[in-house]
Amino acid sequence: MPKFPKDTEHLARMAALFLAGLTLFVIARALLVPKDFHELGHFRTGALADNMARPVAFAGREACAACHPDVVDERQGSRHAVIACEACHGALAKHAEDPGSLKPARPDPRTLCLVCHREDVASPKTFKQVNPQTHMGGQACISCHKPHHPEMT
Amino acid sequence: MGIDRREFLTHTGKYLLLTSAAALAWDFLKVGTPEAAPNYTLQDHWWGFAIDIEKCIGCGNCVRACKTENDVPLEPYYFRTWVERYHVPNGNIEHPEVDSPNGGYGGFPARYEPGDGSKNFFVPKLCNHCAHSPCTQVCPVGATFDSPDGVVLVDKTYCLGCRYCVQACPYGCRFIDPRTMTVDKCSLCYHRITKGLTTACCETCPTGARMLGDLKNPKDPIHAFLRTHKVQVLKPQMATGAKAYYNGLDGSVR
Repeated sequence: MPKFPKDTEHLARMAALFLAGLTLFVIARALLVPKDFHELGHFRTGALADNMARPVAFAGREACAACHPDVVDERQGSRHAVIACEACHGALAKHAEDPGSLKPARPDPRTLCLVCHREDVASPKTFKQVNPQTHMGGQACISCHKPHHPEMT
Repeated sequence: MGIDRREFLTHTGKYLLLTSAAALAWDFLKVGTPEAAPNYTLQDHWWGFAIDIEKCIGCGNCVRACKTENDVPLEPYYFRTWVERYHVPNGNIEHPEVDSPNGGYGGFPARYEPGDGSKNFFVPKLCNHCAHSPCTQVCPVGATFDSPDGVVLVDKTYCLGCRYCVQACPYGCRFIDPRTMTVDKCSLCYHRITKGLTTACCETCPTGARMLGDLKNPKDPIHAFLRTHKVQVLKPQMATGAKAYYNGLDGSVR
């Protein structure tokens, strides 16, 4: 049994002050800290949903293939078959949702091919690279190559 | 009449213990059940990333797609992902020349001549989504965190813009969005991967140099990639538990 001093009034006062402080702290904490904080870790669980909520800009190749199976067939067997449509045609989630709302722009054939195929020593040696001056002498790529199936036959 | 030091310390200790116990109990009382995300279970995924340097052609498609998908400020040039070009003269891996004009947004203008005895290659960079991320550990408010599925995310409504995390990231993957003055970084396209899509950069990479992978899904092709390639993470000495695995990573890459 611990020995309590006879005069305990100052202790009671301190305890009351402490309790009041604690209550204030608990109330402030309950008001300020979001309800979903620290459920899964030191963060708001709702932040996961916030991050999920952003609209998608690129529809994905499956969405393109659903309406354009002809292009999928055209690309069959080509080296370009693995490239996603939106890699060249741009972000088209809006078009996939409502085809009338956004008509995809035709990529510029004079610049598009060279985005990937312009000669650079840092590109892998196995990758097809051209010097636009010596390879085609100012001609457009599409006069010989079809972008969806670029192999010469 | 008095209270000696021993008693005082004993009582104070008891009060402190009781208070901390009460605070802990309060935390447990407040915990609810996490909201169920439709068709996506956090516990079923553990996201990682694989990059094949030997396939990267430096076209910049990933950089452009990322900016479009995630509304990254076009100018000034901030990036969630960017591409670096390495020029290693005569095998001098201690002193590589690195350039990344506008992060590779407009591609890479020809700069080096072939046949000068140097080694040249492109290295795409993005958040490594570390399992033990230094950036989340320093956040004073819990605004950036490791999600249970292995993605390092930012809570934009909670971020103070204090920049501790920007300094803590050893890979330089974070920036302050000048419009909101809050931190921004690669979210691994969390809004896409939770819907079953791949990231915007993987979607638009023409050579398959970038690969999103679910390390918890045994059927994911990333396992075959990690098995059949000699992979390395960036700055392994930092012990960050980085989950962006590079194939063909040269010693000169910082």
